[in-house]
Amino acid sequence: MAGRVEGKIAFVTGGGSGMGREHALLLAEHGASLIVSDVNEAGGRETVSMINSKGGQGLFIKFDVAKEAEWKAAVDQAMASFGRVDILVNNAGILIMKTTQDTTGEDLDRMLDINVKGVFYGCKHILPAMQKAGGGSIVNISSIAGIIGMAGAAAYQAAKGAVRILTKSVAVEYAPFNIRANSIHPGIIRTPMTQDFLVNEKTEKAFLGTTILRRPAEPREVSYPVLFLASGESSYITGAEIVVDGGYTTM
Amino acid sequence: MAGRVEGKIAFVTGGGSGMGREHALLMAEEGASIIVSDVNEAGGRETVSMINSKGGQGLFINFDVASEAAWQAAVNQAVSTFGRVDILVNNAGIFMMKMMADTTGEELDRMLNINVKGVFYGCKHILPAMQKAGGGSIINISSIYGVIGAPAASAYQASKGAVRILTKSVAVEYAPYNIRANSIHPGVIRTPMTRDLMATPDSEKAILASTILRRAAEPREVAYPVLFLASGESSYITGAEIMVDGGYTTV
Repeated sequence: MAGRVEGKIAFVTGGGSGMGREHALLLAEHGASLIVSDVNEAGGRETVSMINSKGGQGLFIKFDVAKEAEWKAAVDQAMASFGRVDILVNNAGILIMKTTQDTTGEDLDRMLDINVKGVFYGCKHILPAMQKAGGGSIVNISSIAGIIGMAGAAAYQAAKGAVRILTKSVAVEYAPFNIRANSIHPGIIRTPMTQDFLVNEKTEKAFLGTTILRRPAEPREVSYPVLFLASGESSYITGAEIVVDGGYTTM
Repeated sequence: MAGRVEGKIAFVTGGGSGMGREHALLMAEEGASIIVSDVNEAGGRETVSMINSKGGQGLFINFDVASEAAWQAAVNQAVSTFGRVDILVNNAGIFMMKMMADTTGEELDRMLNINVKGVFYGCKHILPAMQKAGGGSIINISSIYGVIGAPAASAYQASKGAVRILTKSVAVEYAPYNIRANSIHPGVIRTPMTRDLMATPDSEKAILASTILRRAAEPREVAYPVLFLASGESSYITGAEIMVDGGYTTV
């Protein structure tokens, strides 16, 4: 029985661990072939191995999303292997928990390089590959931190706010190419990136803030919304923000 | 193979035509039994007939969502037939294009009664039925007109803005019951309600001016997001707004 992205070619950055791995695995379960990228080579190869062992098709490309030349080369490699790309999930990102006062110039540069330029270059350089596909779906992982204010993550907020709105710009520009672009805004998700903050019940409760479901999410609870946006079921959804946060931003 | 809402009991108001019918049909295709309500008896019975003829199970209840007593009776009937309700789609609504200066008190009352009280009473009275289910998903159909401003629809806008935010209130109050509540914001959808607005190519082009996909949606393009919110795949999404508007609110 055909999967919901059967026969599609999907490119997932940061697929070596956490949410990125789950996105890649779920898309593969639903019939897509995957290009998995990460700077974490062991993790990325393991994700591809998991995909291949279940009968899917995966390709690992190690590259740094902050480098425009590397993005271009990675898309070229994807095209050489698969001929086109239908789905791009800009998931690679870093978190730095520092107040505005404590954020150094290097911290800010690193954050903007990976979390903003990484997404920008991805959207920019995937275009010819999606044109070959006759259209596509771009899913950019922003955050609740790209919507509401919080203390102690100023550079991260700037980056995720940028992703939120640059996604709309891409949606407007790429609509004539039959390409949709949407942002996903995860709340508190149980991944390597948050494990230090969820180390015990007390820190977890503090970190969960106004999450009305009173628990962190499992990565797969973000992957299903990614699948939804990647598939044709969201054919009338573009430039939108899907908030997957257990109600955090609701209060 | 199990459908995405297999074995669930779904209640869809305004299911006699347009989007409501599509929501009912798609959820039935995915394994749910459907309570279809409408004041349009012929349409409602036809929807149920379509469901039953494909091997599904449907029940039609003719009642006016603006009446609290009628809501209570309808939920009682649903529970006596099915034992519980898992999914509520508050879809019933009316539309009116009039400048504020021309809107009469009666017109405003009618709009608030059906579009706001109808949704409010639905959320209020479905609670015991969802408690019997151990949880549930409430999907309230708002509109892009509950998000951005437009001319000549002020009463409608007031009502849809109310739905947008009352949904968040429900999300907060019902989280302890394992019930999620989200709003969907359709843009320009091809239904009986919008037929007059798109009667000519020129009027269609005018109404679609801000829609970056440059076309109206088919009702099923809203029904799939409803299905997504109704199913467990959106388990970490509550109090959220899903724009299904072809990018209308993006520009």
